Amino acid sequence: MNGPHDLGGAQGFGSVIPEENEPVFHAEWEKRAFALTLAMGATGTWNLDQSRQARESLAPAQYLASSYYEIWFQALANMLRQHGLANDTEIETGKSSGHGKSLNRILHSDEVVAALGRGGPVVRPQTKPARFAAGERVVAKRINPTGHTRLPRYARGRVGTIARVHGVHVFADAHAAGKGEDPQWLYSVAFEAKELWGPDTTASSIHVDLWEPYLEPAKV
Amino acid sequence: MPHDGNDHDEGSALPDIELRVRTLESLLVEKGYVDPEALDVLIETYEDNVGPRNGAKVVARAWVDPDYRALLFENAGEALAQFGFGGRQGEHMMALENTPETHNMVVCTLCSCYPWPVLGLPPVWYKSPPYRAKAVIDPRGVLQDFGVTLPENTGIKVWDSTSEMRFLVIPMRPDGTEGWDEARLAALVTRDSMIGTGLPLKPNEVSP
Repeated sequence: MNGPHDLGGAQGFGSVIPEENEPVFHAEWEKRAFALTLAMGATGTWNLDQSRQARESLAPAQYLASSYYEIWFQALANMLRQHGLANDTEIETGKSSGHGKSLNRILHSDEVVAALGRGGPVVRPQTKPARFAAGERVVAKRINPTGHTRLPRYARGRVGTIARVHGVHVFADAHAAGKGEDPQWLYSVAFEAKELWGPDTTASSIHVDLWEPYLEPAKV
Repeated sequence: MPHDGNDHDEGSALPDIELRVRTLESLLVEKGYVDPEALDVLIETYEDNVGPRNGAKVVARAWVDPDYRALLFENAGEALAQFGFGGRQGEHMMALENTPETHNMVVCTLCSCYPWPVLGLPPVWYKSPPYRAKAVIDPRGVLQDFGVTLPENTGIKVWDSTSEMRFLVIPMRPDGTEGWDEARLAALVTRDSMIGTGLPLKPNEVSP
């Protein structure tokens, strides 16, 4: 979706402000919001792409006015509601008004280190040949899906070159939509900075990871 | 629950975020969805155990060991596994080589994707709109924000982390470090130099 999260090339946000000796977390609630998000993710009720979708679906004004852990927290509360794991009153009061739903699994403390070590690999077997090879010119489709997509607006309709064939990866758009993993070839596509921005850029090129359904051969 | 008592009114119209998070945690624990001790382990892991010192070790080895360096650019996952680095948010890694001609910078314009196993959790600026907006169009401006100026003839390649591929920048080894061992070199490798918003420290910037 063309949401507030798709920030590449936006202007007016000001300078990047690094923080000297920045702590990992800035407040106790950030730690808990972070850990709750990971622990609920580990239950398998939703996948990572659905979490990203929930975050970028916040109202634009709210998204831009929130810190990143506030965004995580809001999205977590929304997913709990959407999946029927908690209702508004419960989230407001912290008191359960009924039994919890039965979940696929619960992340226990003695499993955390192993679970983080396993992570969630998204490479899948190659069942058909890749449509594009390194060096080929491609164009990113001009599309405006209302659901989750990882094709940033700044690349749409632009011509780039396949820099690397990453392999077959779970397709974020389908995965977020609850349509299964729908694995697709993933490519590193190099765009000349001037192709994206005209003369007003200090980059030489921008590499964007794009799945095959986003791409078409460029007209010669 | 490891929580201190709160003095906020229940059901206040605009509860602050501290209270709302605490309230949600109580609910999820009561419902049996989360194990509170697992939350503590998750937090400890990223506060104490996983951070940019991991990535610094990788960079230092790449500076001294040509075979390791070759493997790192060929198959980063295997190279990182030699240190035991891998897993969540680093399942599929690629190392990016800085040279006099090319400087690499990593961003996630769409959210906050970042290579956790080698750099830990991302700093606030990495997740914030100014960086996500600016890196892909004006990376030199970003470097200026960090007080870094590159030679004019160095091209800047920006990597937008739109998939589950994660990127680690391998900066150039600073001059004046001939004969240094890995541990000494690793102390020069800053987090920002592995994101591409900074450069490694110079030998005179660390205590001997």
